[in-house]
Amino acid sequence: MKSEEVLIKPGRAERHYWRDLWRNRELLYILSMRDVSVRYKQTALGTAWGLIRPLTTMLIMVFVFSKIAKLPADPGVPYPLMVLAGITVWTFFSTSFTQISNSVTLNSNLVTKVYFPRLIMPMSSIAVSFIDFLVSLGLYIVIAIWYKFTPDWHILLLPAFILLALLASFAFGLFFAVVNVRFRDIAQLIPFIVQVGFYVCPIAYSSRLVADSQDWWAPIYWYNPMVGIIDGFRWALLGEQAYFNPQSLLTSIITIVLFLSFSLTFFRKRENTFVDDI
Amino acid sequence: MSVITVDNISKRYIIDHKKGKGGTTLRDMLAENVKSLFGRKKETTDSGLEHEEFWALQDVSFSIQQGDRVGIVGHNGAGKSTLLKILSKIIEPTSGSVRIKGRVASLLEVGTGFHPELTGRENIFLNGSLLGMSRSEIKKQFDAIVDFAGVEKFLDTPVKRYSSGMYVRLGFAISAHLDPEIMIVDEVLAVGDAEFQKKSLGKMRDNSASGRTILFVSHNLTAVQALCNKALYFEKGRLLEDGETNQVIGNYLSKVSKTKLVRQWDTPEEAPGNDKVRIRRIELVPDMREGQTHIDVRTPMRVRFEFWNMMEQANLNLSLHLNSLTGECIFNVGTQSKSYSKGLLAGECEIPGYFLNDGSYTISVMIVKDTVTPLFNMEEGITFDIEDYREGIAWYGKWPGYVRPQFPFVMQSLEQGVPIK
Repeated sequence: MKSEEVLIKPGRAERHYWRDLWRNRELLYILSMRDVSVRYKQTALGTAWGLIRPLTTMLIMVFVFSKIAKLPADPGVPYPLMVLAGITVWTFFSTSFTQISNSVTLNSNLVTKVYFPRLIMPMSSIAVSFIDFLVSLGLYIVIAIWYKFTPDWHILLLPAFILLALLASFAFGLFFAVVNVRFRDIAQLIPFIVQVGFYVCPIAYSSRLVADSQDWWAPIYWYNPMVGIIDGFRWALLGEQAYFNPQSLLTSIITIVLFLSFSLTFFRKRENTFVDDI
Repeated sequence: MSVITVDNISKRYIIDHKKGKGGTTLRDMLAENVKSLFGRKKETTDSGLEHEEFWALQDVSFSIQQGDRVGIVGHNGAGKSTLLKILSKIIEPTSGSVRIKGRVASLLEVGTGFHPELTGRENIFLNGSLLGMSRSEIKKQFDAIVDFAGVEKFLDTPVKRYSSGMYVRLGFAISAHLDPEIMIVDEVLAVGDAEFQKKSLGKMRDNSASGRTILFVSHNLTAVQALCNKALYFEKGRLLEDGETNQVIGNYLSKVSKTKLVRQWDTPEEAPGNDKVRIRRIELVPDMREGQTHIDVRTPMRVRFEFWNMMEQANLNLSLHLNSLTGECIFNVGTQSKSYSKGLLAGECEIPGYFLNDGSYTISVMIVKDTVTPLFNMEEGITFDIEDYREGIAWYGKWPGYVRPQFPFVMQSLEQGVPIK
């Protein structure tokens, strides 16, 4: 091992931060695997929980919104399939967002005892929700086969929307992860945000309903960066019949890029003081 | 070649106090903290929060040569751990700079990041990579680690089912197999059973023999003397001495004995207490042997306590609590309750030698009326340290237990003249 010199000074950002991050990729992998293997330890049903949750949410929503409230699906699309697609991407975003927001505080025992690029904590917390997402996507495929629904070329764009959902959760989660270190109010706030988001985003309904609406708030709706991602995800799975407004996708991308760079700067600026505040 | 150069580092903490009794609202906190969210400095505002500065380290400079084994000694709160954390890049200094040449491994804790639900095997990889080992290095050392810890049979058991001894052994075994050029160690020897401590100390000596630089914080001066060739003595965030181990430790011990064992208030007006009783004096009088400069486990002590009774006639008794630094009560003794008239009263309690183990202790005294009503509790009246002392024992680990009695305990041979085969 070649000796190298390290200089420690106040307020001095690590010169080799990104290289350090790359060097610690094994740690990233190991911390991710830790969260994954701990997730369903000592549960009787194990990974089946990854199926049970989206399935029950879908059934409840089919019952409440389709059978009772009689919300229409996009024409030519079975309502359960539309809902399940929405739930799948939303659950991925929201659990990943929640995990990232709590990642630094949950690892406080590491923060106070050992140095590593702190970005590893939020990054490693994504793995669990991503695996749940794959399980949920598998469930979608099974149900799509049941409905004899075949996707078209749009499906090729699916990874792009998954990546966007991931980046969105990272952009917002990273910001809250920093604030959470000082104010644990965030831990209380997050479930609330997720709950509101569930109704504000087009999950149980199609955003076509909003597009057709003449209400004063309808134009504001499209500023929600998640609308473009969820609609796009559905559009990739369900094809042209699903409502998708490319304008909303542009909003999403701009918001995510801006917020991601803001959050990263904020995180880098504050990460050296985590240990004092935690 | 100097491998660590510390140049004038200081570390400041800011402690928030609430001003007055009114307390602050979350809104005040938010208003103030949003301002400081991006900045580093916080200034006193009128929001009801008062900031007090606390310097954990102040203007510390020293340098360490390659192959040095440096012991860092000082009281609790002297800044030792802060220094180690700065050197480990966990916290950043408020000012000053540090240059480190070489790969550093810091062991501030045994088994950092161990997850209770994961198996021994998984935790070896987790902890190893947190300490900076690569997967291939861990794989290469895996058998040696398992062997050193003696946990072969439990490799696939979650560590939450481990005994605390096994847990610590596994944690130390991983760190002992790191291969850094500079090793920073904080009190890891204070854990584990005697045999394992001997093994770990031996391992650290082997490491240093191979030219590795070691920084070692310990309360256990015997271990520092055995392991280190140099020592740094810190007090209240300042580096007081930097030199050869025996000399630094000698000076440290003579300073320790000068810590204040007497607190006295001359007039009732300034004395702590209330309108019924006021404390005049509290004193710890150690009965030192000749040439002895500090209290050690052999030393008998007396606690003297004087107070003014401002009530005309009252049934009073004293209750003395001796607490460890972590706040656990080691014992509580009380005097008989008797009727006293107004005036100055005194109490004295004897603590025999060979009773308390080495460590830091605080004494609080409570004045009680009618055996049930506490009138005043003098908390942390006196704080003192008891140093370790042993003779004819080659083991340097932390002596376990709260007390260190010398009960009659003899061993004898039951057969005589039987030749050993």
